[in-house]
Amino acid sequence: MEVLIQNFYAISWQQMVMWVIGGVLIYLAISKEMEPTLLLPMGFGAILVNLPNSGAAAVIDHLFEIGINQHELFPLLLFIGIGAMIDFQPLLTNPKLMIFGAAAQFGIFFTLCMASLFGFQLNDAASIAIIGAADGPTSIFVSQMLNSNYTAAIMVAAYSYMALVPMVQPPIIKLCTTKAERKIRMQYKGKPVSKRTKILFPIVVTVIVGLVAPDAVVLIGFLMFGNLIRECGVLNSLSETAQNVLANLITILLGITIASRMSADEFLKFETLLIMGLGLVAFVVDTFGGVMIAKIMNLFLKEKINPMIGAAGISAFPMSARVVHKLGLEEDNQNFLLMHSIGVNVSGQIASVIAGGLILALVGG
Amino acid sequence: MLHFDLLLNSLPIMGYGMLGIFVVTGVIIGVVTLLNKITSDK
Repeated sequence: MEVLIQNFYAISWQQMVMWVIGGVLIYLAISKEMEPTLLLPMGFGAILVNLPNSGAAAVIDHLFEIGINQHELFPLLLFIGIGAMIDFQPLLTNPKLMIFGAAAQFGIFFTLCMASLFGFQLNDAASIAIIGAADGPTSIFVSQMLNSNYTAAIMVAAYSYMALVPMVQPPIIKLCTTKAERKIRMQYKGKPVSKRTKILFPIVVTVIVGLVAPDAVVLIGFLMFGNLIRECGVLNSLSETAQNVLANLITILLGITIASRMSADEFLKFETLLIMGLGLVAFVVDTFGGVMIAKIMNLFLKEKINPMIGAAGISAFPMSARVVHKLGLEEDNQNFLLMHSIGVNVSGQIASVIAGGLILALVGG
Repeated sequence: MLHFDLLLNSLPIMGYGMLGIFVVTGVIIGVVTLLNKITSDK
């Protein structure tokens, strides 16, 4: 009997706080449908590893070791699935949209400076900054490559803010634009894109990024490999598997594996709160950067751009594109921005990986 | 406590990073435009 009671005495208040955090993540996943595929496994995992003398901790630690710590296998495999899901047609139709994707990475580098100002060492500051990539696998990959001490907090922040994009972005977009700007209509000229272009695009992007940031070529390479499977036209079965089975399987494992870094002693630090705050700064400045570059371009363009589409460059595919489209319809119910914002959104996906690669090249080197 | 020395170390990374993103993006835009022209079905 004493043995049974012993574990009750071993419970610390910090572990109970982690149960509450785990419960909140599960609540957000189920009731609010916020990134449920990741927040639910993470929430459950947080409870699992914070039970006194938890026998699950060793198993999840092992998953972390082989799936993330050694060669960042889980995020990379997930990227194959994401690559297979993305249709780059809107971007290939109008490649200039990539400028917005580039500008919307400003939040990453701004946050790097802010995290440094708050005393984080360069490797940790860069890992925190990459929350602004609004892309889970990139955040995990970069923080692991830079040996950050805050991987779990970074993951929680990255996925939470991705889920909160519909709440975070609209006020910033409205603050940066006038009503007249939000009403600007954009015609979609859906030019045909040849199959050869669609096939060559993932190969060419991989080569270009690989030459500039070799450390990140694995990231863009796996993303583009998934896209090549999709576009080649002869591997439909593999493409479907990558989009559904592979992506789902890895997502299940990834969520619960991240929880291995959510033990009370590792997670309950003042720095975690600071990281959550800095993550929000990254998302806000990303949005600001995307919108402002569109406004600057409008000074020189005859055919004006609706500056709201710049905000979709934040990545967070496809939520950010939907947010912009919805805001456009709120101002003018005949203003359909979806195709433009999707184009910017997928360009943000590529730009965020490039940003991750540059961070690794500049900080890790 | 604010660490202005660490901030000053990070500023060049911000500059090089943003420059790098725009350069790589520019190259990709150029290549895609070229691809569209070369592989046009017309």
